Amino acid sequence: MLTARIIPCLDVKDGRVVKGVRFQGLRDAGDPAELAERYEDQGADEIVLLDVSATPEGRAHAVRTVERVRARLGIPLTVGGGVRAVDDAARLLDSGADKVAANTAAVARPELLSEIAERFGLQCTVVAIDAARDDQGGFEVVVRSGREPTGVDAVDWARQAQARGAGEVLLTSWDRDGTREGYDLELLETLCAAVDVPVIASGGAATARDLAAALRAGASAVLAASLFHDGDLTVADLKGTLAREGLEVRR
Amino acid sequence: MTGRDVAVVRTGTSNLASVMVGLERLGARPAITRSADAVRAADRVVLPGVGAFGAALAALEADGLADALRERIDAGKPTLAICLGLQLLGAGSEETPDAAGLGVVDRFARRFPDTVTRPQLGWNRIEPDASAHLLARGYAYFANTYRFVDAPPGWSAAYADHGGRFVAALERGDVLACQFHPELSGDFGRELLARWLAGGASC
Repeated sequence: MLTARIIPCLDVKDGRVVKGVRFQGLRDAGDPAELAERYEDQGADEIVLLDVSATPEGRAHAVRTVERVRARLGIPLTVGGGVRAVDDAARLLDSGADKVAANTAAVARPELLSEIAERFGLQCTVVAIDAARDDQGGFEVVVRSGREPTGVDAVDWARQAQARGAGEVLLTSWDRDGTREGYDLELLETLCAAVDVPVIASGGAATARDLAAALRAGASAVLAASLFHDGDLTVADLKGTLAREGLEVRR
Repeated sequence: MTGRDVAVVRTGTSNLASVMVGLERLGARPAITRSADAVRAADRVVLPGVGAFGAALAALEADGLADALRERIDAGKPTLAICLGLQLLGAGSEETPDAAGLGVVDRFARRFPDTVTRPQLGWNRIEPDASAHLLARGYAYFANTYRFVDAPPGWSAAYADHGGRFVAALERGDVLACQFHPELSGDFGRELLARWLAGGASC
């Protein structure tokens, strides 16, 4: 049986890990390669690295950052941010990523997912979906770091992305991201029921209880950033709690 | 002490960075090749595999790599097949039913049932046969949609469960074939790679 995965997320800007609520008021949180290695030692099951650089110079850093992280990491590495074309995916995979996540560009042009999946396989192809609650009780896809609503239903988009070749969904609740109020469990349950591929829950985790709730809601993996960077809880602490709650984790 | 040179077969578009780094970290000297002669001559060969079954097989057949791999596995030379690499050793796959595999392992790869997440992405507990000498019990990282459900005669196996029992790895002498990714399986994977690199009765 597959174990529940715990995934620390590194938001990287210009080669440094940053933290901040919805990318406002960014603070430096360290060196990506050092942090990745520390989290592997703590028992992390995987690392997600999201490049949040806004400039071409910052993006050029991303490839070097991925190479540096890869050189020290012995667990899977997913990289997202700025994946606009299949060549961007190729560059990141060549640098040492094991999976690539496409977000805004895939919403604009869903064929991007098919192109990545056909060339590299669906197990390399992750669709990152940022979802926000809409006025009708549903969930809408938002893009450009949450600044832009799309009118696209998040569940419909997840189904379409799976049909296009996405092998995994990285689902972020934009309402909860950075709030430490816990994952949006209704969003998770709805979306997990709609797709066969694994879903990674993201946005709002503050406690081991939040992680357990997301896993019980159907998530295959739980992702958090500030929870780990702040050093309140290590991955090992969280896994201990999850194991006591009867969830199977790798220890 | 056996040679540290490892020939890593490029099957097409698969990304090899993790495999290369994983071997280098253990003191090996991996080099990527598409030469059948290099595959015949190398002390150790790794057949990685990410991507589609049919395309990878076509790439192996095109350069005569398929024959070179068959020969060295039949001769028991140290060879490591990873993920799709394991499935390529078989008779075929539901993924590309028209394409015949290398036929070294008399098994056909089938899709996981629709009762479980597909692809299988994550860490699963593997349990080796008592006869295995390389494989150990522990958690390994998988990223696959197809799998063998049992081992052919002559091979020791490790099994895991995802919608039923499936083959997590096969070994016969110094030939090791893993459905999981040892290079992404943390300390468990490092230790397995180190045992394979240290072995080599036939060298």
